[in-house]
Amino acid sequence: MLMNIATLNASSAKALDTGNLHDWPGFFLDDCLYKVTTADNHEKGYGAGLIYADSKAMLEDRVLALRQANIYERQRYRHILGLPLIQATPDGAVAVETSFVVVRTMRDGQMMVFAAGVYLDRVRRDIDGAWRYAERIAVCDSQRIDTLLAIPI
Amino acid sequence: MDQPAHSLAAGWPPGLTRVPFWVYRDADIARDEQTRIFEGPDWHFLCLEVDVPETGDYRTSMMGAMPVVVARAEDGEVVAFENRCAHRGSLICLDDGGRVKDFHCVYHSWRYDLRGNLASIAFRRGVNGRGGMRDDFDMTRHGPRKLRVTVQCGLVFGTLSAETPDFATYIGPEIMVRLRRVLHKKVEVIGRFTQQLPCNWKLYMENVRDTYHASLLHTFFATFKITRLSQGGGVMVSDNGVAHASTTLAAGQGPDTAYAGLRADNQGLKLRDPTFMNAVPEFHDNINLQILSIFPGFILQQIHNALAVRQIVPRGVDSMDLHWTYLGFADDTPELRTMRLRQGNLAGPAGFVSMEDGAVGGFVQRGIAAAGRQSAIVEMGGDGSEGAETRATEASVRGFWKAWRARMGV
Repeated sequence: MLMNIATLNASSAKALDTGNLHDWPGFFLDDCLYKVTTADNHEKGYGAGLIYADSKAMLEDRVLALRQANIYERQRYRHILGLPLIQATPDGAVAVETSFVVVRTMRDGQMMVFAAGVYLDRVRRDIDGAWRYAERIAVCDSQRIDTLLAIPI
Repeated sequence: MDQPAHSLAAGWPPGLTRVPFWVYRDADIARDEQTRIFEGPDWHFLCLEVDVPETGDYRTSMMGAMPVVVARAEDGEVVAFENRCAHRGSLICLDDGGRVKDFHCVYHSWRYDLRGNLASIAFRRGVNGRGGMRDDFDMTRHGPRKLRVTVQCGLVFGTLSAETPDFATYIGPEIMVRLRRVLHKKVEVIGRFTQQLPCNWKLYMENVRDTYHASLLHTFFATFKITRLSQGGGVMVSDNGVAHASTTLAAGQGPDTAYAGLRADNQGLKLRDPTFMNAVPEFHDNINLQILSIFPGFILQQIHNALAVRQIVPRGVDSMDLHWTYLGFADDTPELRTMRLRQGNLAGPAGFVSMEDGAVGGFVQRGIAAAGRQSAIVEMGGDGSEGAETRATEASVRGFWKAWRARMGV
């Protein structure tokens, strides 16, 4: 199971890091929750996210908007992922915690640690047996976002 | 305020339609802004009243470069003072907020009451009869600078100046109505984020007041008919230029060809899950978007049901923090709260209709790096700063400069 989930994490990160954003929503179940928030918001129980999507279709809409509507300078991410910490839950889903670091490289070569934090995931198998995210909360350690958050974390 | 803030001010082009680019890059200007504006006769947004609900609750904030503590005193009054120990100048409060009996500086344990009055000094009488402060040291004459505070619609504003007019006069009656329209009952915080922008703070405030750019830069607006300049609405500016509000009315029926051929007119874009555009008219009118600003650094946003306040904090000439506080109302139904969470995708650092605003100030800051002798053109809709029944105008940007120049003596 560890290998399956590590592969899911790596595949999702690869879609974001290589610019194949269209592939990224495919790692989620149709009925899902994806949220980017911060440790402070998470601890206080604030519901809002920097990104808040409660369906796979909303993730597809975000990818569509990033491709066709929104303006941002050319940039790429590099996700460095920690070892998934796995815990079975009573309802058959699997709770996973995985640390991440995202390094952002801009058009002119400027690099920065854009985000570091932990994914709080719930994963389960889809009807074809593939592991997918039912829930992914990206909890960033810092509440500070440099310039803008375009590509999802 | 008689002396020009800067020798270069003599070279300012006449009228309100030109803004010399050096004003965004000059360190002397930034220093003068701190004393003349952020410590001057303006009302500065500090925090929400719900951030300090009970006696002893405090929240830290900023007035430009100046750190501030807002607290709820024993008698229930909201008070504020500089977050600086009278002794050696250390921060008194080190966290975003909390609840205390009194304040004490960690450095040498000088203690302050909830109003910021110096209450005790550690080892004031010395140890074993030696050392200590002189007997005539007057604690009532030493303490952090205290602010005048006003609480308006659940918002806490502060000022250091005795000359700042009362708040209603400051923002004017028209904008007061716009403020009350949105903040008419108790709010609840649903998220806080900070966006660091690579630009001078004035570029962001101009962007907020620039009703002309919104539907051109932000494609999302035009395509989904959230706001187009051809929709009804307008902009109002207080006579002194201090406050502005722009509104967009719900879209009319039928085809709209005003944007044909422009990049922003991307009719092919269709949402697969349009539930996040579901909204309810909660303010009993047909205004679906209202952006309100108060000089120098406060913004109130209503985009459908996505409500937020934003606070501008300059960090040097070419950087600023934008503090977002996402809001709901305390009596939200679960359905309405879910709507706000979904609509939160529209605004903020990752917002469909706002992420570009995080970058565009930086594009200007980089673009003007060598343009110290050139000026920006601010001429859409004429040369005045009066309100208009259109958003194809830069009237409220000119209003910003009217207020800024009055403070800076330009």
